Amino acid sequence: MTDSRKTPLYDLHIALGAKMVDFAGWSMPVNYPAGLMAEHAQCREKAALFDVSHMGQVELRGSDVAAKFETLVPAAVTTLGEGKARYTFFTNADGGILDDLIVTNAGDHLFVVVNASMRDQDLAILRGLDIEVRELDRALIAIQGPAADEVLAQHVPIVTNLTFMQSMEAELLGADVRISRLGYTGEDGFEISLPTNRAVEITEALLQHDDLEPAGLGARDSLRLEAGLCLYGNDIDPTTSPIEAQLGWAIQKRRREEGGFPGADRILRELADGPTRKLVGIRPDGRAPARRDVEIAKDGAIIGTITSGGFGPTVEGPVSMGYVRADLATPGTTLDLMIRGKAQPATVIDLPFVPHNYKR
Amino acid sequence: MATTYYTEEHEWLEVDGDTATLGITKHAAEQLGEVVFVELKEVGDTFDKDDEIGVVESVKAASELYAPVSGEILEANEALVDSPDQVNEDPEGNSWFYKISIADASELDGLMSEAEYKALIE
Repeated sequence: MTDSRKTPLYDLHIALGAKMVDFAGWSMPVNYPAGLMAEHAQCREKAALFDVSHMGQVELRGSDVAAKFETLVPAAVTTLGEGKARYTFFTNADGGILDDLIVTNAGDHLFVVVNASMRDQDLAILRGLDIEVRELDRALIAIQGPAADEVLAQHVPIVTNLTFMQSMEAELLGADVRISRLGYTGEDGFEISLPTNRAVEITEALLQHDDLEPAGLGARDSLRLEAGLCLYGNDIDPTTSPIEAQLGWAIQKRRREEGGFPGADRILRELADGPTRKLVGIRPDGRAPARRDVEIAKDGAIIGTITSGGFGPTVEGPVSMGYVRADLATPGTTLDLMIRGKAQPATVIDLPFVPHNYKR
Repeated sequence: MATTYYTEEHEWLEVDGDTATLGITKHAAEQLGEVVFVELKEVGDTFDKDDEIGVVESVKAASELYAPVSGEILEANEALVDSPDQVNEDPEGNSWFYKISIADASELDGLMSEAEYKALIE
């Protein structure tokens, strides 16, 4: 713990009474005194503020930067409009996922946000391209929930015009920031990249709003799980392909036709023929949560593994995601979860567990 | 006159003669966070010291209940199964897990006093 990195908001977390944990080498708030359940509900009902400054923020510049970036990811980036953001992933030669990320066309450069745990790997991958790679020393906060628009528009009225996956530069309390309408909770909301030296003051000013409360990594995880969003290292990793992970929607038509990204052979073959296993939502019939590494059985045979699972506060019951044999991935399929040596019945469901509430 | 003992697994055991009430400590409940699932053994089940005799899961993690002494389940607090959040409300009072009979009182010697437990968690 002693050598954990601290985000610019570390002292504020302590002042707010957060319980801190080590996450990917960073000291991060897992919950505040309100607790995970209340923080989760706050995000679904009003708005929650998350410190996500541990994530890597990178600017990419240079001639044909989008075309060069496309050699690393299966998303269409050259045709991504200015001010638009897109979800994609670095793939390996075997068609596995090296990290998932958001890329934004910021006009004269690409703005990329990657996972904290994969930052060093991702920077090395990017530096293999003939482009300028600059890691930003900036804070990143997320305001998520149905009241997020109202909370942020109080300071930056124009954000109301943004729709899901749109991004813009703006001035927030006199600071130059980048505001993107996206997030990791299934709710409407924004991620705001802001200068490190203004981070505390701006966050405190935002928190003045009655509808905004801080939320920790605990609620962030239960929110994303209910929203059916993958967590890198759990649900997706170098052994899982995007098609197995049901992320085919993130591979646009031109890239499907042209290929030209690492692992395209396997990924395009699985797109055409279907994968042998699929990531699905799984609802335990009982009340026992089925967490990561719980084995999934059908008629006594092991046919998969839970990759994420826990208690869904909005669902008011246990929720899980996991890989199952492709022929058992149809919603409604009944399975057994091997929890503490006992088979607990469960049902495959259509993700997400809680409908997305994005501003389209 | 009842005496309360504590364990390194953050459980308390209030002993009255050859029976006792068993629960998790306030400290354990705080560390676990909001409890969402409780699984209990049945009345009449017997167990040896250190056996797993139940499951407590919070929003954050799963944890097991271990028998501080050998004995038999006389009563299980089924209300916790129906409303697991009660565990956080009064862990050292109404939210007890079991009433048990104690098979071998000498096993109590290895448990901690309240003062020793307080020293452990500070």
